Amino acid sequence: MSIEKSDIEKIAPLARIRVDQSAVPEIANRINDILKMVDSMQAVDTADIEPMANPLDAVQRLRVDLVTECNQREAFQAIAPQVEQGLYLVPKVIE
Amino acid sequence: MHNKTLAELSKGLASGDFSSSELTKHYIGRIKQLDPTFNSFISVTEEQALAQATAADSRIASGNTTPLTGIPIAHKDIFCTAGVKTSCGSKMLDNFIPPYDATVVEKFNQSGVVSLGKTNMDEFAMGSSNESSFYGVVKNPWSLNCVPGGSSGGSAAAVAAQLAPASTGTDTGGSIRQPAALCGITGLKPTYGRVSRYGMIAFASSLDQAGPMTRTAEDAAMMLNIMAGVDEKDSTSMDQPTPDYTEQLNDDLTGLRIGIPKEYFGEGLTPAIEQAVQSAIKEYQSLGAIVKEISLPNTALAVPCYYIIAPSEASANLSRFDGVRYGYRCEDPEDLLDLYTRTREEGFGDEVKRRILIGTYALSAGFYDAYYKKAQQIRRLIKNDFAAAFEDVDVIMGPTVPNTAFEIGEKSNDPVSMYLEDIYTIPTNLAGLPGMSIPAGIIEGKPAGLQLIGNYFDEGRLLNVAHKFQQATDWHLQTPASQIKRVER
Repeated sequence: MSIEKSDIEKIAPLARIRVDQSAVPEIANRINDILKMVDSMQAVDTADIEPMANPLDAVQRLRVDLVTECNQREAFQAIAPQVEQGLYLVPKVIE
Repeated sequence: MHNKTLAELSKGLASGDFSSSELTKHYIGRIKQLDPTFNSFISVTEEQALAQATAADSRIASGNTTPLTGIPIAHKDIFCTAGVKTSCGSKMLDNFIPPYDATVVEKFNQSGVVSLGKTNMDEFAMGSSNESSFYGVVKNPWSLNCVPGGSSGGSAAAVAAQLAPASTGTDTGGSIRQPAALCGITGLKPTYGRVSRYGMIAFASSLDQAGPMTRTAEDAAMMLNIMAGVDEKDSTSMDQPTPDYTEQLNDDLTGLRIGIPKEYFGEGLTPAIEQAVQSAIKEYQSLGAIVKEISLPNTALAVPCYYIIAPSEASANLSRFDGVRYGYRCEDPEDLLDLYTRTREEGFGDEVKRRILIGTYALSAGFYDAYYKKAQQIRRLIKNDFAAAFEDVDVIMGPTVPNTAFEIGEKSNDPVSMYLEDIYTIPTNLAGLPGMSIPAGIIEGKPAGLQLIGNYFDEGRLLNVAHKFQQATDWHLQTPASQIKRVER
């Protein structure tokens, strides 16, 4: 399988990455090199093979539903891009 | 002091030959003098290190110590450190100061270990050369025009150049073992789930694992003693007993069954590395081990499988970097989509963007079965290969990487050839097995690594097998001394 320039134009917005029009051909070429390598998988018969998501086939450990996080408002405010009077300032584009 | 191993430094501190403050100042001095050349650190935390050293000296005076109390180490800049910038090698997190410590960092802090700073790495741990770091490439201390490997290249170079006696690293497809091999040090990737991933910035969550990077196997055992263990904050960490890894180090190797996978000695392997690995295997035979040829038939599928699974997981993990709550934000966004897409265009480097795009493609409607599901099925075949092999052998051995350190720029325009450098390390991550690289030769002035692969949670045996080799040989004691001397002048 190979990727077309139009595919890049479709995926990039899905990935929320702006891609300059002039960079599309080069990105498509690079990704095609990688997909070409990856294609060797397609020759393998995996019909009865269970997909493996976790190397130990472990399942999610559950815990008691208790509050374990403490309030770290000040710490979080300190690393936010912009704050004022304890509020987070965001650009107008964020509703 | 910087010629000593962790074990020797531990003894020196206990017997009062030097204090933690003296030791820490010594290493900070070396970093200041030498690291402008190597570029192995992104942040050096001198003030904090000296405060930690003073506290460690008090602990030593009161007898409240662990074996590593007072010893300075360096952390890969992927581990969150409260109050200290954690960039993950990216412009995206150039201004990120975490409000909390990663579990690994917290455990070292509690043990009284001093942190010298944060080491350079490929951006978001995506790379095998350190060339994708926002902070510039790291230079291999053995050969300054060569890469140190990656992604834990700064951690490897810092230990090789003796700017730190040990460091932490992470390994998703070889990122501890490959730079360890290229820089001539010892590196261990534990079993998936052995060490907590909490506070370790996620790349591919089903593959990522933290481990020690040291000069000797004994030192790696001392580090793993602190790092290993289940963590409530990481639901994928495994509740398995954590032995004292130093206790098993000297076990006799008589009768040890070593499997040599024929697929690890095929086309592409530098003949001199093959010779180094064969000599190491002979050494093991003289230590009483039995060598068997084995087959891991799906080895060639590992790199293709990895380059679907890792980017797919990365595309999901890295979706959190959107310019809203923390990290880089683009200027004057026109609308919400513009804020997201331009923040990510400007904040991520080319390799990271490429992998996010591949991951998004592989997971998108219509392609999921052909790529992601297929890769997960192949992943099981690779795991099954190892399971079958471990029915007959105790440990698997081969080269860590097919080549010695390559030149800076040599492969940076050819991602696929860079990816193939990890052909022998990636299968271990896919299977979740522990793997180790130890120095086993020097080829034209550059180190070669021997890889040891163990069964699940069998890190104790890997360390034992590595330690016995290091007792019988001196490859691990070789340093790039003449290169470092040149930099000192």
